[in-house]
Amino acid sequence: MNKPFAVLPLHDSVCQPPTATQLVVDRGFRGLCHLGVFLILLLVVALVVEIGGKAVPGMQKYGTGFIAGTVWDPNQLQYGILPAIWGTLYSSLLALLIGGFFGVMMAIFLTQDFLPPRLAAVFRTIIELLAAIPSVVYGLWGIFVVIPAIRPLADWLHQTLGWLPFFKSSLSGPGLLPAALVLAIMILPTIAAVSQDALRAVPLKTKQAAYGMGATHWEAILKVMLPTAATGIFGALVLGLGRALGETMALAMLVGNSNQISLSLFSPANTLAALLALNFPEAGPAEVEVLMYASLVLMLITLVVNLVGSSIMLMSQQGAK
Amino acid sequence: MRNLSVSDQPAPSLQRTLAGRSLRSALLSGLAWACALIASVPLFSVLYMLITRGGSRLSWEVLSELPPAGFEMGGGFGNALVGTFVMVGIAALIAIPVGILAGIFLAVLGPGSKLATMARFAAKTLTGLPSILAGVFAYALVVLTTGSYSAPAGGVALAVLMVPIVVLTAEEALKMVPKVMKDAAYGMGCTRTQVIWKIVLPTGMPAVLTGVMLAVARAAGETAPLLFTALFSNYWLYQDGSLELMGPTASLAVLIYNFSGMPFDNQIELAWAASLVLVMIVLVINIVSRIIGRPRF
Repeated sequence: MNKPFAVLPLHDSVCQPPTATQLVVDRGFRGLCHLGVFLILLLVVALVVEIGGKAVPGMQKYGTGFIAGTVWDPNQLQYGILPAIWGTLYSSLLALLIGGFFGVMMAIFLTQDFLPPRLAAVFRTIIELLAAIPSVVYGLWGIFVVIPAIRPLADWLHQTLGWLPFFKSSLSGPGLLPAALVLAIMILPTIAAVSQDALRAVPLKTKQAAYGMGATHWEAILKVMLPTAATGIFGALVLGLGRALGETMALAMLVGNSNQISLSLFSPANTLAALLALNFPEAGPAEVEVLMYASLVLMLITLVVNLVGSSIMLMSQQGAK
Repeated sequence: MRNLSVSDQPAPSLQRTLAGRSLRSALLSGLAWACALIASVPLFSVLYMLITRGGSRLSWEVLSELPPAGFEMGGGFGNALVGTFVMVGIAALIAIPVGILAGIFLAVLGPGSKLATMARFAAKTLTGLPSILAGVFAYALVVLTTGSYSAPAGGVALAVLMVPIVVLTAEEALKMVPKVMKDAAYGMGCTRTQVIWKIVLPTGMPAVLTGVMLAVARAAGETAPLLFTALFSNYWLYQDGSLELMGPTASLAVLIYNFSGMPFDNQIELAWAASLVLVMIVLVINIVSRIIGRPRF
């Protein structure tokens, strides 16, 4: 070991070369930090291996028929998750439609000079607190507030427009629409936050140019700001969809847990996450195999959607630079 | 006047359409206001319900007694409150050290390394993991191995959800420490460890704490990962002189879920009271973390 500082008289200075102990401590601590990083990577590998590995017996037994099957009956050893996949996608897309509209509107409202900064901060806090409320509390609120509140409207729609496939059945309690509404509230903060970032990344000059050409406030927003920020906003929507697909509690409490494939907004349905939440607690070894298989399917769906979402975000960030 | 428009059609006269355009702009502004107000309704409705339905039931008795069975009146959720604290504590013990150490590596030791790029990607992917899959993972890893539902199993599930939040916020926080401060310390002969402990961590600590507290708040409210890892219990963790950590453990979130589906008014009132307590815990942590993490530079 060379000692470049050894010739200097350092005894009464704060500057000193590290002592041998300090070097050992340094090496040890850096080793610990490496360990931390390795643990993160290990966690991802372990997640895939644990869930994937435990799903293998189920995959061998039920194969692709599991994904295409429509009956879930443990007593007859029949397992199919197509209704759950349908319910997951349908409820998430409905939630995205509602939550996406309000989320993007909120982002426009908060970034495009509608409010004095202080009032904008109030609304921003409201949206952030919306994200902090636990999903099980939303579920409880959905049961006792949302379902009674939309029942009159649902009954009216069913009676007058019952011939449409969307209003085919009446709302008997839990169902797809209340679940999707609550889901929309839960993904709104994500969409609003990421869209705000996208809108803020648009250079001020771009908007000023639009105003300079005589555009009204909304013409500037709709024809200049939104198209410029489109990639980022699209990424926000995909990330919101990813959140909706994996959300469990609100759906387990509100969707009705009934394995049927229906376009009707008022009929009970099921989702993958709700299926897991409901069946795991009392599953025997045979059922655990198929539930692991269902978990793997859910993991793959959310992984693909989230990867698409984050690569869109990456594209929009690179585009902004 | 000469037509400046690129298209072949004559440009619409500005004078004639201006009123219409302004009107449309005003209408859309009204729509934006309406959307913002509608989007705020759920928060206030939730808070209103919590305060009226949960607040009316809140008392010392509710916080300290065991859950009632079936038709029983009274009771509370003392064991669930304790269970939530224990499991969030276990999760924090696992997730905070790992997360901060990894965050230090990502921000200070090797920000550009291949390992850091992989870990960053892994952490970002983990943030998108549905919380129920964290439960499935802990079930496969801990419950199937030890053979019983337990508080540590719930803690592991919550830790899986906390780690990515801690890593990413710690990295962001520690990256913000000005380079000149670190360079000055290196120049005085500090090892990297000394720079981290004496310069980077003290400076970045408020922001790191914000991330940690947000992760704790998230974990405290999670239900799905606990459903089949900790399950639920109607008894105290510490009962008859022995501490039973390796058995089913109650938590506030699972109690709300279980009681919300019961046909008894007493249980439903307790579910609202438990929701109020849970939301207060989560909101207080959130607000304190905002105060700590306010930018100072």
